[in-house]
Amino acid sequence: MAASDAPNGDVLIRNAFGSVLAFLILLLIGVLAFSIRLFSVIKYESVIHEFDPYFNYRVTQFLTKNGIYDFWNWFDDRTWYPLGRVIGGTVYPGLTLTAGTLYWFLHSLNIPLSVETVCVFTAPIFSAFASWATFLLTKEVKGVGAGLTAAALLAMVPSYISRSVAGSYDNEAVAIFALIFTFYLYIKTLNTGSLFYATLNSLSYFYMVCSWGGYTFIINLIPMHVLLCIVTGRYSSRLYIAYAPLVVLGTLLAALVPVVGFNAVMTSEHFASFLVFIIIHVVALVYYIKGILSPKMFKVALALVVSIGLAVCCAMVAVIIALVASSPTKGWSGRSLSLLDPTYASKYIPIIASVSEHQPPTWPSYFMDINVLAFLIPAGIIACFSPLSDASLFAVLYIVLSVYFSGVMVRLMLVLAPAACILSGIALSQAFDVFTRSIKFQLPSLSDHSHIDARDASSENIVPDDTIKTDKSEDTPKERMTKRSKKKEKEPVEKPPTKFQIKKRLSVLPFEASIIAVILLVLLVAFYVVHCVWAAAEAYSAPSIVLTSHSNDGLHVFDDFREAYAWLSHNTDVDDKVASWWDYGYQTTAMANRTVIVDNNTWNNTHIATVGTAMSSPEKAAWEIFHSLDVKYVLVVFGGLVGYPSDDINKFLWMVRIGGGVFPHIKEPDYLRDGQYRIDSMATPTMLNCLMYKLSYYRFVETDGKAFDRVRRTEIGKKYFKLTHFEEVFTTHHWMVRIYKLKPPKNRIRGKNKKSKSKTSSTTTSKRKGTRRNPF
Amino acid sequence: MLRFALTLLLFTLAFGVLSSSPVFSDLILAKVDRRIDLTSQIVRITTSLKVENAGSNPISEILLSFPENQAKHLAYLTATLNEGKGKGKASSGAGLPTEVVIPKDVPDSLTFYSLSLPKGLGKGESLLLDVLAVFTHALEPFPEKISQADIQLLLFQDTAHFLSPYKVMVQSLAVKLPEARVESYTKLEGTKLSGSELKYGPFHNIPPFSYLPIIIHFENNQPFAVAEELVREIEISHWGNVQVTEHYNLFHGGAKSKGEFSRLPCFCDYEFLCRYFVRARPYVRGASAFRRLVARLPPRAHSVYYRDEIGNISTSSLWGDSKKTELEIEPRYPLFGGWRTAFTIGYGLPLRDFLFESDGKRFLNFSFGSPINELVIDTLIVKVVLPEGSKDISASVPFPVKQWQETKFSHLDLVGRPVVVLEKNNVVPEHNEHFQVYYKFNSLSMLREPLMLIFGFFFLFVACIVYMHADLSISKSSASYLAKVQWEEVQATVQQIHNIISHCLTAHDKLEASLRDLSRTGDVQACKATRKSVDSLLKGVSKDLKPLVTFLQSSPQAAHILPKVEELIAKERDLQERLMAKHTTVVDCYEKKLGGREIENRIASNQQKITSLRQEVDDLMDFIDEI
Repeated sequence: MAASDAPNGDVLIRNAFGSVLAFLILLLIGVLAFSIRLFSVIKYESVIHEFDPYFNYRVTQFLTKNGIYDFWNWFDDRTWYPLGRVIGGTVYPGLTLTAGTLYWFLHSLNIPLSVETVCVFTAPIFSAFASWATFLLTKEVKGVGAGLTAAALLAMVPSYISRSVAGSYDNEAVAIFALIFTFYLYIKTLNTGSLFYATLNSLSYFYMVCSWGGYTFIINLIPMHVLLCIVTGRYSSRLYIAYAPLVVLGTLLAALVPVVGFNAVMTSEHFASFLVFIIIHVVALVYYIKGILSPKMFKVALALVVSIGLAVCCAMVAVIIALVASSPTKGWSGRSLSLLDPTYASKYIPIIASVSEHQPPTWPSYFMDINVLAFLIPAGIIACFSPLSDASLFAVLYIVLSVYFSGVMVRLMLVLAPAACILSGIALSQAFDVFTRSIKFQLPSLSDHSHIDARDASSENIVPDDTIKTDKSEDTPKERMTKRSKKKEKEPVEKPPTKFQIKKRLSVLPFEASIIAVILLVLLVAFYVVHCVWAAAEAYSAPSIVLTSHSNDGLHVFDDFREAYAWLSHNTDVDDKVASWWDYGYQTTAMANRTVIVDNNTWNNTHIATVGTAMSSPEKAAWEIFHSLDVKYVLVVFGGLVGYPSDDINKFLWMVRIGGGVFPHIKEPDYLRDGQYRIDSMATPTMLNCLMYKLSYYRFVETDGKAFDRVRRTEIGKKYFKLTHFEEVFTTHHWMVRIYKLKPPKNRIRGKNKKSKSKTSSTTTSKRKGTRRNPF
Repeated sequence: MLRFALTLLLFTLAFGVLSSSPVFSDLILAKVDRRIDLTSQIVRITTSLKVENAGSNPISEILLSFPENQAKHLAYLTATLNEGKGKGKASSGAGLPTEVVIPKDVPDSLTFYSLSLPKGLGKGESLLLDVLAVFTHALEPFPEKISQADIQLLLFQDTAHFLSPYKVMVQSLAVKLPEARVESYTKLEGTKLSGSELKYGPFHNIPPFSYLPIIIHFENNQPFAVAEELVREIEISHWGNVQVTEHYNLFHGGAKSKGEFSRLPCFCDYEFLCRYFVRARPYVRGASAFRRLVARLPPRAHSVYYRDEIGNISTSSLWGDSKKTELEIEPRYPLFGGWRTAFTIGYGLPLRDFLFESDGKRFLNFSFGSPINELVIDTLIVKVVLPEGSKDISASVPFPVKQWQETKFSHLDLVGRPVVVLEKNNVVPEHNEHFQVYYKFNSLSMLREPLMLIFGFFFLFVACIVYMHADLSISKSSASYLAKVQWEEVQATVQQIHNIISHCLTAHDKLEASLRDLSRTGDVQACKATRKSVDSLLKGVSKDLKPLVTFLQSSPQAAHILPKVEELIAKERDLQERLMAKHTTVVDCYEKKLGGREIENRIASNQQKITSLRQEVDDLMDFIDEI
């Protein structure tokens, strides 16, 4: 017994050592996930990025200031003027509540972090959580080694980094964590059949519903997996426990979120789950009856049940079809429909199509966003099939669906990223497993020949030592996750090594080949790491409200947006309305605290079309539209001077299209010369006279004498003109933002009087007035 | 302009009447020199007075008077006795105490300040007095609104005669202007304008309360930076740092901007070119607009930041030497007349430069005003945040301020930090004097928060350890709990079996190894010995296995793994027997000195089975290991 006790203790210690090591690696992965996202803070500053995060930031500010109940009831009158927006009922509250809770927690400890700081660092914190969740999920699918590999891959996958750098305070930041964690709990329930995990799973699903509209992905993917399991004969009571509570509890909980509400049972996105819910009950009934009846009786019963079940199903299907057919969009929301039919949006909803992240991705963007994972995924799929379990089936289904969705919309590349990481993690871990095992089995045999004389009890100690050493020297350049495989190797190595000499000899690869393969794999992973760090540092860290450029005399900072917003917030009246294209709505309300007409929550197409129409109308018509909306200031973004490409002139065609979609007198061909969009001397007169052109290029010619637009790389068509109804009140340092004030109506009357007295007023004004007066 | 003239007229009338009122006291101002400095937005009037007592009674206080329109702009007033005749300027340290008084029989529109002399002024004695009065918002832009291309013109009005309740013998007045360009000025006898200096007087024998209005309309393109409100927070940490945070709410107090804005004249690709332009041709673009402010921070200032509520402002530069740290900041946009902005400056300072100890009390010695040059502050709030646990707090400020205490909660505070708040309106750079905050603080309190953290984490880990070791199941008799316990036992048993079998396998390996040795050395005895030892070992092992297997058989949990385990044991035994047989055969053959091929032939059939059995056993082992 003494002999058997010692190794037993040894195993215990080894297990403890292994789990501590795994814990440590996980901790380091968390640190990695957090710190790789801090490039934006280090290179720029701790600031909220882009557009949507500013809205979330503003909501969080409101939440922390006024409390949760005021938040639910918040009617925001500073946006969509004069309609306003019910924020509490139209926003996914998960992110805001998370950051708010974090803020309250910190303040209850008297740690005075500002709301902004909490918001900036929410995304990196949650990406650490997400990588841990990935570990758990992959562990359930393919074991600890694959889990650690996948977690490390996810910690730095560029696709996810792009949405979760410090400052990118967007829904996706927490939603990806919620997504992976929900999947983990689903698989965990599936593997254990524990009702406890099933309940947790519905709660996690609830959090996901709170966080992101992408929860429909979960509520479609899981039923599909369940269906697949049933079809392939993998039905078990565990599957039932994993699925049924999720649908019932999850749907009830989801309906609690104001923005979802009855959509949780009314829209077609959720129907798949209900259908499968019925199917799984039918199947469960069949299995139950099969259990209590003798085979003969069962055959009789089967016919009965199948016929009844079919009838019920047909009835349900009929009801559903009737329901679906009765709604105009077939019960699908526009974004979901454009997922099923990629051409839908560009045909019917220009607003959705106008957003660049709703476009299909190009191949380079796959390489940019998931890099070498794209090549590892097939290997991962193969690894999942040997052996195929419920969990690995889920992983396969997940990757297949997310590849399809990411092909439809760039934005959903984000959903693909975790799947890619999980499968690549499995692939890498299995590959390393095979290669290191083949190396290891052959190493002792090599050393056998050298130590053949000293083959004694002591040789048993020497051999494993050697193996460990060689393993270590190989592992040092490897990634963190391979440490885990090292650990795994150590376990068997410390056991009598001779035992493995024979074991699985057949599956062992040639020694040299496996060494080379390991080196190649390490190189591949190293390349991935280099790419990720580069992407995090260079490609995805720019906050987009501050731009920088490197010139001969060093770094040049373009801080024009904040300059303009600061000017608006300090030098205009607090109730003034600012009109701009919807892209800048969130930033204007958040940074300048001024009322805007439209913003990035594009819920009212007509309103946006009104602004688009105003921008594409001639000055006077535009003035009338804006005046009717009580607009005081008009803000345009103009990149022609410094070459900032995403300015309003480049977006202008969308304004025309969206405006023309509602107001037919705006026609796109009027703005195009022979189907080409141009602003040079060949441009159409409609283009040269529209408000956007005028506001962008007003007095532009005086900068360099030629009016050379550096974005369009051409001289503009109409260089000298005056504004009659607008007045320039502010232009930022690099002319990137120009703010105009609507001239008050009484000024025009005075101008008219003046004109009738003396002919000194500007010629354009008098011409305009002249044409207007003629009919009377 | 009309309104302005009217007020002037009223003033003249009022004082015309007043001038006939009785002489206020026996004092005579023998010589008065007034110098008005209009070079910045702050008006500084320096008056040197030679006071003579012509009466018989010794006099201990002197009255200074200001007309109402000036008095409400008076920010700072100090009078110093000028005793030294020779070098003159060696003024006697601290200023004389001044206070507002309302003497009888004087017009309401005058505000009087009384200076208390340290010792009475006897009959016939005289003394020299330097009075510095600083006014804010005393310059009126005229016209009130200018376009971007215009220059900023200001109006200043004052009296040419020294307004005083006493008779003045000789008085002169010099006005220093920022530029030589003067739009217009009141011309009196003997007025001359030389360069940027305007001289009036000298006037002789001016009766008391004599008021002779003068108006100067001149160009001034100095930045009119006015801080509507400035909150300075000075936080003391006894770990060696004083953190200063200043929240500015700034506006341009000069002529308001009107008409169209344009970047054009100022626009250029390179910043240095822009600066060059601004300095060389200030008229090009909003002459009065200001782009930059310079703050002189104390030496060794570190971690300086400059930001506003929407983030960092990237336009600033910092220089430092041993005497000062100079921070040049640019607001986000150039400030034109009437424009506003808000920003925050923060910096850390070494504690030892500002915190001292006396009589068992610590005191902070810090400057009161803003570090920014020539800034007028309408409301200044200074908050001194003392460390948690400070007691006996008192503040001493060289001039009257509103003062109260607050509590602030910061990092991990339990009771909060006491905050001394000082508030003062109308602050000018002359107020940049040091003030002191005295308090008592026990150095041990510094350790409170680190200890709190240490114990917090300690208890967290202890809680974790307790949680890991304690059995927190609610019911010890529930079926699932029992099943779990049983399952654990089964697992342990299976593990033991696994270990034993692996021992056996090691023993087999030893046998094989001994055979190999035999083929090399031919040492039959050693080989036999090995076999004996292995044989006894294996027998012992099989004894150990029995109770474990019987346990597994009795346990319902193990039902589904039992067949595998039994199969494993059976296979292992088979393997063992075959190995032994093979060993015996080989050893026998060696004893009979048979050839190698012969031996191989004999054991060939056995060898095949052994290999396949070994393979099966290994697979079973793996399977069991996974359990």
